[in-house]
Amino acid sequence: MSAVPGQTVGPFFHLGLAYPQMNELVPPAHPRAVRLHGRVTDGAGAPVPDAVIEIWQADPQGHVVRRPGSLRRDGWTFTGWGRAATDPDGFYSFATLEPAPTETGKPAFFAVTVFARGLLDRLFTRAYLPDDTDALAADPLLSTLGPQRRATLVTERSEQSLLFDIRLQGDGETVFLSYPRLRDAWA
Amino acid sequence: MNTQSDINQEIAAAAQQPGGPQPKIDYPPYRSSALRHPKQPLQLIDPESVELWAPAFGHRDVADDEADLTIQHAGTPLGERIVVTGRVLDGDGRPVANQLVEVWQANAAGRYRHQRDQHPAPHDPNFTGVGRMLTGPDGTYRFQTIKPGPYPWRNHLNAWRPAHIHFSLFGSDFTQRLITQMYFPGDPLFPYDPIYQSITDPKSRELLIAQYDHDLTTPEWNTGYRWDIVLTGTHRTPLDTEDNDS
Ligand SMILES: [Fe+3]
Repeated sequence: MSAVPGQTVGPFFHLGLAYPQMNELVPPAHPRAVRLHGRVTDGAGAPVPDAVIEIWQADPQGHVVRRPGSLRRDGWTFTGWGRAATDPDGFYSFATLEPAPTETGKPAFFAVTVFARGLLDRLFTRAYLPDDTDALAADPLLSTLGPQRRATLVTERSEQSLLFDIRLQGDGETVFLSYPRLRDAWA
Repeated sequence: MNTQSDINQEIAAAAQQPGGPQPKIDYPPYRSSALRHPKQPLQLIDPESVELWAPAFGHRDVADDEADLTIQHAGTPLGERIVVTGRVLDGDGRPVANQLVEVWQANAAGRYRHQRDQHPAPHDPNFTGVGRMLTGPDGTYRFQTIKPGPYPWRNHLNAWRPAHIHFSLFGSDFTQRLITQMYFPGDPLFPYDPIYQSITDPKSRELLIAQYDHDLTTPEWNTGYRWDIVLTGTHRTPLDTEDNDS
């Protein structure tokens, strides 16, 4: 069966996609909350103020969460999924817990989806935790990339913060992903 | 500013190169795409870990009345009342059950309830233009709304979008995520619209057009459109999928 093509999210997505606490997978005051954040920029290095970033992640025990509640946050249920819109300067931010690897020896990562006005179809990428150097070195995706390209997929850690900038085009362009069953995309 | 005939020439030129089933993300007639599409090829990988699953949504996320965009205010919205329904299926024809569908749209006059919409058409105090629903066990979604109007935008001089409803959908795995737009049959604006024409394969872009379905009408109340949505294939086996509704 033929898959329906994507279309841009357009400039008015806040109307349909925004909701309270969409970017708070845990309350920011949670003792183990970490801030996953960054800036979305275009091919001229200018901020993209009308992008939507979604994350989907395992929990701190490395379990894939199968619980509803992402749209009506109760402050207690960790659902592993969240959405953020960029601000006028292109910044986005999530309050979340750090994912653990779902298999031993693998690096932990956030699965990331990017939408924007001007972007005709969604983009997929990954934001890896930076700590487990052995697991990162053995990762099938990261190990196929040169150092510069690889660096676009690994978050930078500082206190309670994981920085992940997204460059849609040009210098330092983020590595975006395709999967076997999407092979026909944009052919 | 470019004219419609400049854009038409660019659309015609892009149509010369056979396209795939998805929009060309590098599509010059859509001016805002110039600096926002990646130039490096996508990295092909096997999905792993959370990528083999989609987030779960349930009745605590979505109230039943969110599927009726015509009852969100004290009065009745202006315009043509319609029902839109169809099934969400994956690339292997399996229904996508119990998943979130989000929709947003302009009102009957072509105006969004959004501060960045400066089109001087009237707002409708009785219409927000936002709906949410969950698909049923057979993948069916259904909502009641008002037919949106076409609206101008500033891609080029006298640019008008064909009437459309924005749809956001999840499959049963992460890689099936889709945001797209549903169009109405016979819209005279199709040939002029670079967003619709960015899908250069005519058969693929026609998948975005709903069908008028007289069986969906209700006497003295509404007409109806049917639009089935096929996502890409899941990477999980059917066995995995069965224990997915815990
Ligand atoms: Fe629109």
